[in-house]
Amino acid sequence: MNFSELFKLSGLLGRFSPDGKCLASCVQYRLVVRDASTLQILQLYTCLDQIQYIEWSSDSLFILCAMYKRGVVQVWSLEQPDWHCKIDEGSAGLVASCWSPDGRHILNTTEFHLRITVWSLCTKSVSYIKYPKACQQGIAFTKDGRYMAVAERRDCKDFVSIFVCSDWQLLRHFDTETQDLFGIEWAPNGCVLAAWDTCLEYKILLYSLDGRLLSTYRAYEWSLGIKSIAWSPSSQFLAIGSYDEKVRILNHVTWKKITEFEHPATVVSSKTIVYKEVEKSPSVETERLSFPPTRALASSLFSTQSKYDVSQVPVSLQHIKPVADRANPKMGIGMLAFSPDNCFLATKNDNIPNAVWIWDIQKLKLFVVLEQLCAVQSFQWDPRQPRLAVCTGNSKVYLWSPAGCVSVQVPMEGDFQIVSLAWHCSGDSVALLSKDNFCVCYLEREEVK
Amino acid sequence: MGDWKTITVPVLSSDSKNIFHYTSEKKISPPSMNSQVLRLALPSSKSMHSFFSAFCTEENIEQSISYLNRELTTLGFPSIYAESKGQELNLISIINCMNELLVLQHKNLRAQEEVEMQHLKLGSDMDHLQNCYAKLKVQKLQNIISSRATQYNHDMKRKEREYNKLKERLHQLVMNKKDKKIAMEVLNYVGRADGKRGAWRTDKTEARNEEEMYKVLLSDYEQRQKQLLVENAELKKVLQQMKKEIILLLPPQKQKPKERSEDGPVLSDLEEDIGELNKENMWELSCETVREQLTNSIRKQWRMLKNHVEKLDNQVSRVHSGALNEKDVISREDHELETEKLELEIQQCKEMIKTQQQLLQQQLMSPCDDDTTLLLQDCYLLEERERLQEEWRLFREQKKNFEKERRSFTEAAIRLGLERKAFEEDRGTWLKQQFLSMSTDYKHSENVTTPSAFLGSCDQDNQLVKSTSQRKPPCMLSGPVSAEPCQTSQYITRNSAASKKPAGDSKPNQCVESDKEETE
Repeated sequence: MNFSELFKLSGLLGRFSPDGKCLASCVQYRLVVRDASTLQILQLYTCLDQIQYIEWSSDSLFILCAMYKRGVVQVWSLEQPDWHCKIDEGSAGLVASCWSPDGRHILNTTEFHLRITVWSLCTKSVSYIKYPKACQQGIAFTKDGRYMAVAERRDCKDFVSIFVCSDWQLLRHFDTETQDLFGIEWAPNGCVLAAWDTCLEYKILLYSLDGRLLSTYRAYEWSLGIKSIAWSPSSQFLAIGSYDEKVRILNHVTWKKITEFEHPATVVSSKTIVYKEVEKSPSVETERLSFPPTRALASSLFSTQSKYDVSQVPVSLQHIKPVADRANPKMGIGMLAFSPDNCFLATKNDNIPNAVWIWDIQKLKLFVVLEQLCAVQSFQWDPRQPRLAVCTGNSKVYLWSPAGCVSVQVPMEGDFQIVSLAWHCSGDSVALLSKDNFCVCYLEREEVK
Repeated sequence: MGDWKTITVPVLSSDSKNIFHYTSEKKISPPSMNSQVLRLALPSSKSMHSFFSAFCTEENIEQSISYLNRELTTLGFPSIYAESKGQELNLISIINCMNELLVLQHKNLRAQEEVEMQHLKLGSDMDHLQNCYAKLKVQKLQNIISSRATQYNHDMKRKEREYNKLKERLHQLVMNKKDKKIAMEVLNYVGRADGKRGAWRTDKTEARNEEEMYKVLLSDYEQRQKQLLVENAELKKVLQQMKKEIILLLPPQKQKPKERSEDGPVLSDLEEDIGELNKENMWELSCETVREQLTNSIRKQWRMLKNHVEKLDNQVSRVHSGALNEKDVISREDHELETEKLELEIQQCKEMIKTQQQLLQQQLMSPCDDDTTLLLQDCYLLEERERLQEEWRLFREQKKNFEKERRSFTEAAIRLGLERKAFEEDRGTWLKQQFLSMSTDYKHSENVTTPSAFLGSCDQDNQLVKSTSQRKPPCMLSGPVSAEPCQTSQYITRNSAASKKPAGDSKPNQCVESDKEETE
């Protein structure tokens, strides 16, 4: 495992290109494009204002940089560094911006969600989508990039419009039986669209590509409902995480629940492996001590190493009870992710913030629990194999695979609090992002033992 | 709440304490009854005696009487004195007072019972009401929540409409301003990703899009159907294999048609099924009837297998109780052969002796030269005698051998019986566990026919026993032989193969070993 040096970063905007050749990062108003393996600076672009959002186009030829305060989107080309493009929304304002799957159109959401403007880089045409819904996931593209689903709201009712991305023609327009549509997501096979309601109502609706309602699922009434959902890569399963600390799995044949996963504070199943992160004091050889102490020595003295110990079940995990009178309480299943080979599901119960739960989907049982010392900030699966990278806001990166798990201290001087991760598409490296810096960790093939 | 009543009583000698106790007892006045009825606590039977003697004794008769009189008069009873100041007691008055007091006591007891009953009723009513109250509360809260939710929704909708109006207004303003700033500046337009030219949006394109969409959906459904077909085919294959294996497990029973009599009609069914379902590609059809046939045939065979196993189980349990049958049969047979042989020999010897005797007689009878005849006779006699002696010796030896054999055989048989018992116990439990765990939802079939199946061999055994006991038994099995019906066909076949020759002591060991081999 090799670590690169630290580089400056702002806004957690560090992204690998889809083809894996480059890494784009932002420092205030500058966009830095580096080579993914050597981290040499390939291009350097300067934008008009502080960049709030960057996105690679699907063919890795363009990057868009959105500056919400100014209402401007700037697009840069990697092939031709002189090429420039600026989209100014002016008084309409800008709250969100994204690429279309073909990499030639940019969709800007204006302020107050008045409309979505589709700007084309190929022609002079502009399209408008009216009444977009102001929700978390209002725009969803199918994996093959053919269709786009947009959540809309007219006259206090929710609708979904499906557009064909090639010519932006409206294919289907139908209303959803939701109170307040919270999000939409396509299944990886592009044939089923999941739409779920606000957390005040547990309801998830499944629509076919042609707009037919396939099924509705409601687990319970009154209590807070769905917090997060995830499709399995094969589209066989739909995992729904809710505020009652459970994950319910629906199957694609009958759209009925096949199992539910509970996240209790005490793990009792004897077949589950619980890895607990423990601190181990660093060993210092007294002969090597020198005065004045070198920086490396000082940092290694004060940085705490940690390792994983296997705890014996039953294990009781740290459980927090959130304040009942605040909105958006920190409870329920906040993070869900399937592994790329469909075999595992990683979840995080916000009531037990220090643990990552890994479920074996083939057996539909709890497989591993990772108990960390600090609260889990984010986890991401390796895009190629069942390997999970976890970060908890300290300067360590944790990797789990079915063979075992490892805790690695990033050898940096000073503070480096990792809050986000981004894998390279080949799974050979992962970018570790903190508030002000980032570094890239290169993994060897047989890394985790 | 009790009303404490203390009464000043003239201090008496040793009984003052007791009296005080009595008078200051708690008098409970129930809330419903506002009369001054005293609830007199009846003393327990044990203290009755002491109580009665405690109040009034020889010494304080006068005082007790005056005290009682005072009490009664305060309660409204007539005085017990004959005259107001006299010392004579009015007996009638006393008796009346006692009666009144008793009646009062009865009334009080009844009242107490009623009160207790009411108390219980009220208690249970309270519980019931509390439960109802809790449920009602929940319902009430739910109603409140739902009403609040509807109100909230209504308010939200109102606000949203207002917001939408504002948005529209803003949008109009924004568009009206003709803000030249809303524009895209680009150095040069980029070619499309797929290199083609952009097409106009027409009805044709619309139709094409619809077509594309349905194609996508259809291909997805086709893929899923293919997957399901593959899964179905695999499952069907597994079922077929299971069926074949079950059938394979059953046929060894064909050797004993008697025992399998009840499976006769089923066997023919079996053959029918095999014939049907081995037809080419039959199993590839996925229509209702074929599916039903397959599952039904598997169920049938499973039931047969279950029956078979249960039978085995019964057999094992029976073998466990009747230990040596099979061995006895075999060894008895062999011994029978031996005994027959020996009998034949004896017969021959006897005949020889007879002929010898005859010859001797003839010799004796026939006249001849004295000397030579005498000599000859002597010689003959000697010869004969020697021969006879030898024969006798042989005979005696053989007899001894047979006796030895017989003894050893009995010993061996006893040993064998014991070992066999132990082994059968083990096997029985193991079989039971194994096979009864496999069988789940099939009814326990009747074993009515099984006794009849074994009746034949049972008779056989009895006959054998009888035959052996009649003759002199060179065979040793009279001891632990039991006339119980026996074992599994496997044993019989295998053991008949194993031990053929009656080779002395080695035999029982051989049987035991072959037995042990079977279990391993």
